[in-house]
Amino acid sequence: MTNANQKELNCQEVVELVTDYLEQALLPETQAQFEDHIEKCPGCEIYLEQVQQTIEMLRKLSEQQTFPETKEDLLEIFRNWKQDESKSDSPLV
Amino acid sequence: MEEGTFQPIQPGERVATQHIAGSQSPGGVASVDDLRLVEALRSGNESAFVSLVNMYHAPMLRLAMIFVPSEAIAEEVVQETWIGVLHGIDRFEGRSSLKTWIFRILTNRAKTRAQREGRSVPFSSLPEFTIELQEPAIEPERFHGPDHQWPGGWVSFPRSWEEIPEERILAQETLTRIQEAIDALPIGQREVITLRDIEGCTSEEACDLLGVSEANQRVLLHRARCKVRRALEKYFEDE
Repeated sequence: MTNANQKELNCQEVVELVTDYLEQALLPETQAQFEDHIEKCPGCEIYLEQVQQTIEMLRKLSEQQTFPETKEDLLEIFRNWKQDESKSDSPLV
Repeated sequence: MEEGTFQPIQPGERVATQHIAGSQSPGGVASVDDLRLVEALRSGNESAFVSLVNMYHAPMLRLAMIFVPSEAIAEEVVQETWIGVLHGIDRFEGRSSLKTWIFRILTNRAKTRAQREGRSVPFSSLPEFTIELQEPAIEPERFHGPDHQWPGGWVSFPRSWEEIPEERILAQETLTRIQEAIDALPIGQREVITLRDIEGCTSEEACDLLGVSEANQRVLLHRARCKVRRALEKYFEDE
């Protein structure tokens, strides 16, 4: 291979473009080069998959916490606020 | 200041065109659902409040944890935020989504609290925050050098995670490793990955909230995801 194929991305460049690719922020010609590379390169294909798997696992962290035990406290905050609000017509700002 | 009566908004109609002071991006404005909730809350509807708590309390706790040193303090910050939301609801003008507005109150409070707790809190929108991010996604040693037949090609491919059993992927231990990797990130990266990948915010919401450009937000997200992926790779390799 020679330097003639300047338009081809190498693996090190591809891994830096993964987020822009997933965010659909690449220019159309770069996106085409990116996809072309991924199709031919098993290493970068695995890398892209791993980033996608990482994102899926990150999403799981949002399922960790359930409703707070402090719900009653919050309802009390709300009820106090409501009472205060109805006491005075114009709320203090 | 007196708020006008509730005006029904047509879907897709932009509620306000004015930009938020200090924000680089216009961000998403309040949706019709947001405005209904706000109106209900203003009239003292408790179930509107409960549904807001159901939607945002857990994400708010996670966001607060980015800045403050303990879960107990995070809980306090979130409670203070709810008080702030209720008292400020008359001033909500729909220039950003309700979620962004609530999250902004939260992050401001969390940052103030963190400073009081003696934690230095850099703001992700400061320019040096992005300049520091010239680090590569992957160690350069994993690619062939410029004199190789394939410069910039993998020395050896990453090992696919396809054969890792589902139980291992979903194990609490894996989630703990992810959390540790996030905790080790610089604060700006931590904010962006929490908002985008954990809470599922759009890039527009994240930019609006953090006051960073789309491009900077992507750089922060990229760095953060790369490091979490790298931490997982290391974890899956030590068997």
